Parts: sequence; C-alpha cells; structure tokens
Amino acid sequence: MAPDASEGGAGRLALFTCLSAIVLAFAVAFATAIGDYRIGLGTVFLSITNELGLTGAKVAPIEQSVVWNLRLSRALVAALAGAGLAMCGAILQALLRNPLAEPFVLGVSAGASTGAVCVIVLGIGAGSLSLSLGAFAGAFAAFALVALLSNGATSGPNHTILAGVAASQLFNALTSYIVTTSGNAQQARDVMFWLLGSFGGVRWPDFQLLLGVVVVSLVICAWMARSLDAFTFGDEDAAALGVPVGRIRLILFGVTALLTATIVSMVGAIGFVGLVVPHAARYIVGPLHLRLLPACAVVGAVFMVIADIASRVIATQQTVPIGVVTALVGVPFFAIILYRARPQT
Amino acid sequence: MSVVAENLNWGVKRKAIVLGVSLTVAPGETLGLIGPNGSGKSSLLRLLAGLRRPDTGRVEINGQDIAQVSRKALSRQVAFVQQSVATDTNVTVVDVVRLGRTPHRSAFAGWSEADETSVAEALDRVDMASRRKQAWQTLSGGERQRVHIARALAQAPQVMFLDEPTNHLDIHHQIEILRMVRDLDLTSVVALHDLNLAAMFCDRIVVLQDGAVRVCGTPHTVLTRETLRDVFRVSAYVDISPYHSQPHIRFSAV
Ligand SMILES: Nc1ncnc2c1ncn2[C@@H]1O[C@H](COP(=O)(O)OP(=O)(O)OP(=O)(O)O)[C@@H](O)[C@H]1O
Ligand SMILES: [Mg+2]
Repeated sequence: MAPDASEGGAGRLALFTCLSAIVLAFAVAFATAIGDYRIGLGTVFLSITNELGLTGAKVAPIEQSVVWNLRLSRALVAALAGAGLAMCGAILQALLRNPLAEPFVLGVSAGASTGAVCVIVLGIGAGSLSLSLGAFAGAFAAFALVALLSNGATSGPNHTILAGVAASQLFNALTSYIVTTSGNAQQARDVMFWLLGSFGGVRWPDFQLLLGVVVVSLVICAWMARSLDAFTFGDEDAAALGVPVGRIRLILFGVTALLTATIVSMVGAIGFVGLVVPHAARYIVGPLHLRLLPACAVVGAVFMVIADIASRVIATQQTVPIGVVTALVGVPFFAIILYRARPQT
Repeated sequence: MSVVAENLNWGVKRKAIVLGVSLTVAPGETLGLIGPNGSGKSSLLRLLAGLRRPDTGRVEINGQDIAQVSRKALSRQVAFVQQSVATDTNVTVVDVVRLGRTPHRSAFAGWSEADETSVAEALDRVDMASRRKQAWQTLSGGERQRVHIARALAQAPQVMFLDEPTNHLDIHHQIEILRMVRDLDLTSVVALHDLNLAAMFCDRIVVLQDGAVRVCGTPHTVLTRETLRDVFRVSAYVDISPYHSQPHIRFSAV
C-alpha cells in the first residue's frame, strides 16, 4: 500500500486524470468541428479514423482534408503549447519561489519579438530565415543574457528575476527601436499580431517538433520533480536535503527556455496560461511536482484548446489573437481561485 | 560518527567570518556552540554541514572529507536544521516532514513503508502527530520549528546540526527537544543562546568570539564568571545546580 496515494486522495487523482483526458478529447473534437465551415462531430470522428486507417467510411474528401490537415493539427498544437507553457510556469514558480513567475520572466518573449522583427522588418537572412527561426534565435539570445547576468542562474531567485526584467526591457527597447526607425505601419502590426499569438499557420510538422520537445521536457522535469519539491524552503534548504542545487537550476532553466522558445517561435507569446494554470493545478492536485507537472500539462492543454475555440467564435469572420482570449478567459478564472484560496482569517 | 574540523577559515570580501576553527566531536556526543550575535555560529554550522566551502581547512565526517562526498550521499548521513525558514507554498505539515526522505528516495520510487514509519515517528517525537494535515503556513512559530526538527529526524541522520533549535519554543518543548537530541544515538552540534540549557544538555561546549574558538571544554570549565564577562559582557554568578549538578548561571542586573 502506498500511503502517499491514500493520503493525497488517490481516488481524487484518478478521477481528475480520467475527467481531464475526456475533457481534452472533447475539446479537441470541438475545436476540429468548429470553424467558418462547421463539420459534424460524427464526420470529425470518421475523418480521423479514416486517416488513421482504422475505418473506410465515406466522408466528403474536402471535409476529411479540412479536419485532418487544417484543424486537427491546429488543435493538437494548441494543446501541446498549453501543456508546455503551463509546465514551464510551474517549474519557474518553484525555482524562483515566486508565485508571479511565468514562462516569460526570463526575457524569452521579448527576445523572440526582437528576433522576429529582425527577420520581418530588417530582412536579416534575406528570406532564407523564417520568422520562427528568427524568433527562436532571439529567445535564446535573451535567455543567454539572463544566464550571464545571473552567473548561470546560480545567484539566487531575485537576482535571476531582476536579470530577466533587465533583459526584457533591453529586447523590448530594441524591438521598438527597429520598428519605429525602419518599419512601416503594416509590418509593425504584423509583428504585434504575431506576438499576441495565433495558431493560424500550424501544420503537422509543427506538431511533430513540438510533441518531441514537450515529451522530452516532461520526462526530464518529472525526473527532477522530487528535487523541485525540495526547493520549497529555499536553495540552502534544498542543498541540505541532498539536492545539487546549481546543476538542477541550470538544467531546468535550460529546459524551460528551450520549451518556451520553441512555443513562442511557433505560435507567438501567448500570455497568462503559464501563470494561471499552475495555480489552478496546484489547487486541484496539491503542491508536489510529480503530480503537479502532469496536471499542469493536461489542464494547460485543455485551457489552450478552449481558448483557441473561443478565439474563433467570439468575433464572426475574424480571429481574435489567442493571447487576448487567454487573458479574457484567464482573469475571471484566476479571480475564482484567488477568492477560494484566500487565507482563512 | 565523528565530526572533525581542521583549521576552517571562511570569509566574504576580505571580511573574515570564521577564523581558524578546529574542533572534534566524538561519536554520540552533543556539542554546544555558544557565542554572541554575529560571532559566526551559523556560518560555522554551514561549513560543517557542507553547505558552504571553506576557504581553507577541511571537515571530516566519519573520517571522510565531506568535499569528496556527493550532496545526496552526505545528506543521507547529515541533517541540518536552519535558524529560520519560510515558504510561500501552501504545504501541509506532513508534506514538509516527508521532504526529509528526499535523500533516501530515487526519482520515481514509490513511498515505502519505511518512509512512512520514519515520518510518523518523527512527527510523534516532536508532538506534532495530531497536526499532520494542518497547513504549514498556519502553524505558530514554535510549531514550525518543531516540524523542521521532525523533518531532520525523518532524514534518519547520524549527524545533526541544529542552529538555535529552541527558538520560539515554550520551556517544555525546549527541554524536550534538547533532551531528545542528547539521548538520540547521534552526533550533534547545537548552536544555542540559552547558556543554562547549554549547560544542562551539552557534553561539551565551544565558545565562539569573532569567528574564532575562544574556549572549548565541559560546561564546568567553559561557563565561568570570567568567560561570561569577557565574551558575553554580562556579570553573572555561576554555581552548581542541585538538580543536575551542571553549572547554573544567574545574571546580575548591575
Ligand atoms: N554572506 C555573508 N555576507 C556578509 N556577511 C556575512 C555573511 N554571512 C554572515 N556574515 C556576517 O558574519 C557574521 C557571523 O554571522 P553568523 O550568522 O554566523 O552569526 P551567528 O553567530 O549565527 O549570530 P546569531 O547569534 O545572531 O545567529 C555576522 O556579522 C554576519 O553579518
Ligand atoms: Mg545564527
């Protein structure tokens, strides 16, 4: 018998896992059905099983193609992006011991935007570089600067956060400088729109890449989950519990930076998911990371798929940037958690 | 397990904080560490526990230089109770005590019967078994201190370093905790401010002053009127307690 499970509510955890898997499946199905051109859930199901070679039902080829090539890949990338951002948020909140930490505190999104404008506005790479590659390079440049400013992220949480703030300011200033001096209004708008997030252009290769990165990150982080728990009372306390603090910090910062940079370069800097979801997940499964990280992944995935659906239905004939939706959906949700978790005084 | 420190020196930016400290703690012995604020007690404990690298000198635990031992292996033998800790995370008492099992568990190992037993025993020892589900944030200062001592016990150490473990504790628990540390079959070094408690529960006492060892020996030899005057700047009478035949100190207000 594992008292760990009996005490922490194994039943509750199992229920949560089953429920969230079902909700995720439904959310993806709806995301695939809904759009300018509505497709019935039955057709969605048959199209997918057809493509997987499980059935040979008759489905209009155009519908099958829309379901498989456009919408399913998009919904799954949304799910993975949500999962990745939420995990990064949980890890950074633990490592930096700051409930306000989120995936972009280390300057990654600011760096990505600078990289993106370098490609779009300055035309660096003369068309050979895609916007995504530029954004990825920028994101990593920002992270490298933060690592440098905080001695390889070893000089304490607040120092690291300040280094992240400095890097964000620097790269945001660079972005503004480039846009105002050499961009035109349209280019500036493009960059803005891209930064606020969009799943518009994603296809299967994006999904495969992101799936690989998310799975590898999840495995590494789950491997270190026990060490993350030990950070509850600070770095020195973690060291007294046998955690090689410097190494763990560096590896986990590296993983979160890689994951965030991949997501940002693919779908833009979608805010709020990485901040809100870890708090919600902690509220459901408790603070221990071996449960919290998978829970974040699932809740983040559901949240992002629903936000993507919302972004397509709230304004007809138009797609609202996903970052706007996550904030609009996230804030009330966050308010509820804050209200329910307020100190009992 | 024995603890041996040889000529430890540590400082920051040209300020020497620990100065040429050498000491030996025999297996099973309880060593008291006393000295005024800022005399380097906490710093010395961190060096002994391997949480800081000394600039020169070395620490041996059970004959092994701790600089050569991995963090994890060291923490299976050595527990450290800090002077004060805090967290913003919403954890329960039992979650905190379970952290003490960290060095004994691999990444995905389940929670074993042995883990559960040491956690339950540790909570019992500090009188917190009935509070295991309470949120750590809502505990009183003394209860937090006891939970941290329980966590160190759950670590099943053979050497324990305690930095002012009696902080915030009521007099009953001060005595209980120190009695427990003395009677447990482990080597311990305890930083204390209460000189009478140090006299009652420590086999030997080290007096630190400005980072250096001023005197070291049994309570009788260390706690003298002269030392108290020179190191702690108080005038005091020392006599022998009829209860435990250790020195008993009474302070004079003039
Ligand atoms: N990282 C540091 N940087 C600068 N000074 C330090 C550092 N750590 C300790 N000190 C200084 O070293 C001295 C010894 O500190 P330490 O915490 O060891 O004292 P202590 O004997 O434990 O005191 P207390 O009884 O108040 O707990 C103090 O003057 C402190 O200000
Ligand atoms: Mg101290």
